[in-house]
Amino acid sequence: MVSAVLIVIGFTSALGFKNETVAVLALVIASILGAVPIAIQAYQALRVKVVSIDVLVTIAVTGAFIIRNYEESAIVTFLFLFGAFLEQRTLNKTRSAIKELTEMAPESALKQMVNGEFEEVDVDEVDVGDILLVKTGAKIPVDGTVLSGEGSINEASITGESLLVSKEKGSTVFAGTILDNGTIQITADRVGEDTTFGKIIELVEEAQDSKSEAERFIDRFSKYYTPAVLVLAILVWLFSRDLQLAITILVLGCPGALVIGVPVSNVAGIGNGARHGVLLKGSEVIGDFSRLDTMVFDKTGTLTAGNPSVAEKEFYGVNIDEALGYLASIERESDHPLAKAVLEEIGETVISSVENTEVIKGGGIVATVDGHRIAVGNVALMEKENIVLSEKEKADIARFEKSGNSLVLTAIDGELKILMGVRDQIRPGVKEDLLRLKKLGVKNLVMLSGDNQGTVDMVSRELGLTEAYGNMVPEDKSAYIKKLIEEEKQIVAFVGDGVNDSPSLALAHIGIAMGGGTDVAIETSDVVLMNSDFSRLPHALGLTKATARNMEQNIFIAVGIVLFLLASVFFSQWMNMSIGMLVHEASILLVILNGMRLLRYKLRKL
Amino acid sequence: MKKATIQLETLTCPSCAQKIENATRSLTGVDKDSVKVLFNSSKVKFDFDDDKLSVEDAEKAITALGYEVVKSHVKAK
Repeated sequence: MVSAVLIVIGFTSALGFKNETVAVLALVIASILGAVPIAIQAYQALRVKVVSIDVLVTIAVTGAFIIRNYEESAIVTFLFLFGAFLEQRTLNKTRSAIKELTEMAPESALKQMVNGEFEEVDVDEVDVGDILLVKTGAKIPVDGTVLSGEGSINEASITGESLLVSKEKGSTVFAGTILDNGTIQITADRVGEDTTFGKIIELVEEAQDSKSEAERFIDRFSKYYTPAVLVLAILVWLFSRDLQLAITILVLGCPGALVIGVPVSNVAGIGNGARHGVLLKGSEVIGDFSRLDTMVFDKTGTLTAGNPSVAEKEFYGVNIDEALGYLASIERESDHPLAKAVLEEIGETVISSVENTEVIKGGGIVATVDGHRIAVGNVALMEKENIVLSEKEKADIARFEKSGNSLVLTAIDGELKILMGVRDQIRPGVKEDLLRLKKLGVKNLVMLSGDNQGTVDMVSRELGLTEAYGNMVPEDKSAYIKKLIEEEKQIVAFVGDGVNDSPSLALAHIGIAMGGGTDVAIETSDVVLMNSDFSRLPHALGLTKATARNMEQNIFIAVGIVLFLLASVFFSQWMNMSIGMLVHEASILLVILNGMRLLRYKLRKL
Repeated sequence: MKKATIQLETLTCPSCAQKIENATRSLTGVDKDSVKVLFNSSKVKFDFDDDKLSVEDAEKAITALGYEVVKSHVKAK
């Protein structure tokens, strides 16, 4: 700021009072004041073998000094420093969204010391196994298990949903969530970066600094570009003997906007996502996601609510109560979503012990109960078990399938006893979200499911999907995705539950797990939707498109301005060092401001 | 090997990041391929051999470049 005052004094004394000596003196002091910090930076850069912008500017200012152009040296140093100051201010803004997230990280904890008293310590000093006290209004410092006490916790930082969840002895609690009321003591299970919240922060931090193909190219480019500008300036000086021209080139060649343009879009885009419950793992993901052709969905738990119930049932033959007991005994041990529905339907019954349980992938379960061979599963399993079906049974199966049921057939010793039709409701809002995705340019919406084709077609018609395939085991799904990628050269996203579908998630360009803030979801997918909220999907897609566009604009601005400046230095009269620096700094601010628009990005209503 | 995370004051120019990266890389005991400067979160992460280097040495090298160290964190690898 002192140098600004001196520049003003310099000019007023030169113009107003025609006092050359005072003017020159003021400008010289301004130049030196401005140049010293830049020169120090330049020296430090050279010491670690980096030719940075500071180096170019320092040489240019020294050059201006030599040819006694004190006005230029003063103005250039001032603009450079002032520009850096503005850059810092605006950059902080673009980073604000992510900062908000990291600031939610807990800082201290009340830890039980050897004498049994609780003392406040830094969260870094908490180790796994420590006992901590959390009071009302405090942040849970680590992932842990409630040891005693009870309370309700706001888990918004993990799930994105600000609903109070009540916790009691034995419940798990997550770092970064807030104890809304009550007092609890917890044992630390995972601390620091290992906690779910720590992982989310690390993911976002790494993501915003991850580099896309284009960015790596620019990095390589600018590594050689800055020294190249230096060489060009020296050559110009040697050939034209025009020092003025040479130092002007030095200032104009600064690659500021080019280097900062893409990261700035990236940071703002990822920041916006983090604020809206969409974690994007890096700029590569942004690039792929924005050019998406096909989105493939798993049905259960993704498009549908995932808690199906028995809608229709038929019994065949005698001893049905016994059969229901066997069925319940087997389903008790399964965590398949259909099993839950079946158990709810059967209610209280006699439970027998189950032996020799064998899970048939994509089929069902075969086991022995009370010496009987029981098969529970779909039609394919019945065929495999060589169970002969009567005409009525076949007709029932066809009818059940047609009305969109998943079938659970139970055969005892090779004879069909029970047929149950289980239906799963479509999640509210999914239809509108899919329409939004289509409007955003996704060409194909495909559903893959292990359910029968009848169910799949019903859901598909209701949702207006492009294609839908049933009777698929996880391997079929990944084979289908492989085909899309390798044979049809499409860019594919897969949306699934993150546990069964991990091969598909890994294979697709973009894997999106609907697992909420669980570890698996965070680790296996490229995009994490907090709290498994399907409605964030259109926002995620729109945001990546906007971010990719923003990056292109910034590259265009940056390259365009450098070309324009270099052209005008050779072909016009008015270009000099000060104007060059002004335009250079302005272009940096322009790309930052352009990037900042992404922070406010919101998907337009349908 | 230990893994260090050093939190710096806010970084604003990408060439700062390059300077810090080169400086950290040139320290003895630092695994060169592991050095990562997170420009936006203003963090430096690297693996190092704690027989040859202490995290304070790395902090000093970075401070010498003119960047303030806010805090650092070392974890067994």
